[in-house]
Amino acid sequence: MELLQRFAHGDVDAFEALFRQFQASVYAWIVRIVRDPAAAEDLTVETFWRIYRAHARFDPEGNFGGWARRIATNLALDHLKKARRELPLAVDPPDEADENPGTRREMREQIARAFDKLSPKLRVAATLALVEEVPYDEIAEALGISQTTVRVRVFRATRILREQLQGEMGKGGEL
Amino acid sequence: MNHPEDDQNDVRELRELLKKSVPRVHAELRRDLWPEMLQRLDSRTTRVPWFDWALAAAAAALLLLFPQAIPALLYHL
Repeated sequence: MELLQRFAHGDVDAFEALFRQFQASVYAWIVRIVRDPAAAEDLTVETFWRIYRAHARFDPEGNFGGWARRIATNLALDHLKKARRELPLAVDPPDEADENPGTRREMREQIARAFDKLSPKLRVAATLALVEEVPYDEIAEALGISQTTVRVRVFRATRILREQLQGEMGKGGEL
Repeated sequence: MNHPEDDQNDVRELRELLKKSVPRVHAELRRDLWPEMLQRLDSRTTRVPWFDWALAAAAAALLLLFPQAIPALLYHL
């Protein structure tokens, strides 16, 4: 019997094989959304726990990786909703190598603050599309929405960020 | 309303600013998470269902309220 079929029948060894095969990619996906390695590890385990519990609903002909990513995305989104206002985005120490006059630390902090104010849905779309440069079709699949909706969310996030930054920097500021 | 080209420029500019502002993360998993997964699996599978606890509590309460039922219960066991 194939691995996915065995997993669908509740075989723990098959689940372990899938866990070992996909844990790194699931973690990588989650950490790109939540930006917190410790939380991403917990969420990876939680993702696979939910996968294990839902084994009977899994179609062995289906795409395990895509299914796992969808569950991981929902969990990461829930985490962002819960963590909102509790865990403000930290700003990395300035990297002098790529520093230029237009991106001073103060400005970075303003941007990070503005980004943190975005709703989790817009933040996830903006993080994946703008920061991680994940293709829209992948984001759409992971979030279970259309590519158009992803584009709309990214556009709205961009507009909100621009407005917030203009508000913070004054009307005459850039952006 | 902005011109579409302005929006594109905004997106490009924001993309660059965000990359510098949002904390960088290492996407590589640095340890095997299977031991934690296994722990979770074990703890959940050995957990006594709430219904069993409720049943045990109800039985205990019943015996406390009606101690005369204990011999009858023992007889049936």
